[in-house]
Amino acid sequence: MYRYDALDQAFVEQRVAEFRDQTHRFLAGSLSEDEFKALRLRNGLYIQRHAPMLRIAIPYGLLSTRQLRALASITRRYDRGIGHVTTRQNLQLNWPKLAEVPDILAELAEVQMHAIQTSGNCVRNVTSDHFAGVAPDEIEDPRPYCELIRQWATLNPEFTYLPRKFKIAVSGSSEDRALIQAHDIGLRIRRDAGQPLGFEVWVGGGLGRQPILAQRVREFLPAEELFAYLEAVLRVYNRLGRRDNIHKARIKILVKTLGIERMRELIEQEWRSGRARSPRLAPEQIELMRAHFAPPPYETRADMDPTCGREAPFLAWHRYNTRAHRVSGYRAVFVSLKAHGHNPGDITAEQMEALADLADELSFGEVRTTHDQNLVLADVPQSELYRLWRRLRELELATANIGTLTDMIACPGLDFCSLANAGTLDVARDIQAHFDDLDYLYDLGPIELKMSGCMNACGHHHIGHIGILGVDKHGEQWYQITLGGAGNGRAALGEVIGPSVPQAQVATTLERIVEVYRDERTDGEYFIDTVRRIGIEPFKERVYATDLAAA
Amino acid sequence: MRRILRQRDWVIDPWRYPGEPAHETGGLIVPLAQLHTPSAHGLRHCGALGVQLAPADDAEQLGGELPRLSLVAVEFPNFSDGRGFTQVTVVRRLGFAGEVRAVGAGVKRDLLFLMARCGCDAFELAEGEDPQSALQALERYTVAYQKAEPLASVERVRFSA
Repeated sequence: MYRYDALDQAFVEQRVAEFRDQTHRFLAGSLSEDEFKALRLRNGLYIQRHAPMLRIAIPYGLLSTRQLRALASITRRYDRGIGHVTTRQNLQLNWPKLAEVPDILAELAEVQMHAIQTSGNCVRNVTSDHFAGVAPDEIEDPRPYCELIRQWATLNPEFTYLPRKFKIAVSGSSEDRALIQAHDIGLRIRRDAGQPLGFEVWVGGGLGRQPILAQRVREFLPAEELFAYLEAVLRVYNRLGRRDNIHKARIKILVKTLGIERMRELIEQEWRSGRARSPRLAPEQIELMRAHFAPPPYETRADMDPTCGREAPFLAWHRYNTRAHRVSGYRAVFVSLKAHGHNPGDITAEQMEALADLADELSFGEVRTTHDQNLVLADVPQSELYRLWRRLRELELATANIGTLTDMIACPGLDFCSLANAGTLDVARDIQAHFDDLDYLYDLGPIELKMSGCMNACGHHHIGHIGILGVDKHGEQWYQITLGGAGNGRAALGEVIGPSVPQAQVATTLERIVEVYRDERTDGEYFIDTVRRIGIEPFKERVYATDLAAA
Repeated sequence: MRRILRQRDWVIDPWRYPGEPAHETGGLIVPLAQLHTPSAHGLRHCGALGVQLAPADDAEQLGGELPRLSLVAVEFPNFSDGRGFTQVTVVRRLGFAGEVRAVGAGVKRDLLFLMARCGCDAFELAEGEDPQSALQALERYTVAYQKAEPLASVERVRFSA
């Protein structure tokens, strides 16, 4: 993974010193609330319902075990011993004290981490495929480009006070696991026969209260033009993006207003005018960065069947929580943060430390976060899987539900977030309790359930096969259900099935929905395909046929 | 008498805006709209000429005018409107070597470093800003990832054009 050099280290230390001074001035009353807000957000600090929330950057989801141990120590010392993995691969602390945040940032800097630009109207953490570097379908490892973009975007003087937040994702595989159409800019690595490597560029995606999928703005961008082109897009956006209405300020609205054709013209024109002064990504520079992400020292191993003679729960875990690896003899392993009875995406300091030990022992000392709020050990020898499973099970990190209904995404909701209209965590518990039978979940097959506590959509509900959106109705919490959304592959926005339902009936509603699927599915047909084939009407009919409360 | 931070010095501003009393040697800063209106009082002025861009102005439009201008003022109306950063970048890209001045209520010490790195070399500090602290704010970083204009304190950068 990327290791800081002297410049990177000096930068994060100077950033901490700057924020320490700003926090001090705010607490002393010499920096206004508004100005401090703009500054603290760009250092990852929100003021939330109960306490400040600090969002720590995990660039493209990659952590060393040293970093994971530091996070454990920080959550224990400055928080309540729990971190929350976000849908943009970051880690949130929900209980830090404002005056101590500079100390937290200083400790992060000691392990080459920061919280820079994890919030605020600037370029956010660059996200990517959690199987980068190990996926069998990979064209090229996206992480070197993610890191180059991270550096280019960090305190970029021109683009740190944009109209609104700006999210970039990079995918390097044929299957898109980075949700590029849900991003302000999505980059798909392309390498056509006889051509140098480059990117397909998508622009104008975003969820929130007006969800829009990104459109393709350029078929092929040579890699050396990456910064020049990003600067052109950001410059057009910074000039023309709306600043009069926060709900219309994302680039998706600009693209929608101008149309993709006009947007393309403006970007290309700006690219031609500005490229001579933009940094060019020289092939040597790319090679240097690629060296940081060289494959770990894999041993020569043959593929084997680790399930032979093992008990059924291990077989299920192997099937649902592990994935193919491009190197023979290895598997990539999901560490489920979706144990029933726990908040989706939460991990305790003890779990972090134990997992760091396991990763050192069995996966080359690295751990990854995923956008669906799990962790990944990317390089586990197949012969060690059984041992790993037993250890993970003791840590409650082996719930064999990856890809199933209870592997749901949920934002922190009303319990923590000051933007939320409704709780998500109690609903998640209800759903976990209602669908606690793993065999039933397996019978339902892959279903992506995504839940947000307000229309800002941090829980990505629009692109869930089943989406749940919490709404406030005269002080009561209700939930609107959507069907048919998807983030990967055939990206689509879900359709609302009808009136929202009260909290106590969300789980029953889901049961009615999946029962329609069980009745209607053809042999081997997945949930999302049945929804696409039969439409939402049959689901709607069943859900609202009889009083839910009576069910 | 207005003082400004210019090239790291706290100096009396030799420039004036329309409606302000004339200095003996000073230049005049007019809004972009008046630069194109022959009847505007700005053009009866014989000394050095400067233009002020409003946040919505397209800096590219200045291209042909730059040779007769000695100063471009870019407005930062508050702490959040960052259009000025792009305007400053574009003005420097057009080859303008004169003074690029940040003006407005957003010209506060915590943003000066970014303004300087885009190409501002003079600052009309917002009301209540202390010039000494502002100068110190320009020295906060010795490193940056992107190239920086000469005024910034940056000694090492990662990416260059």
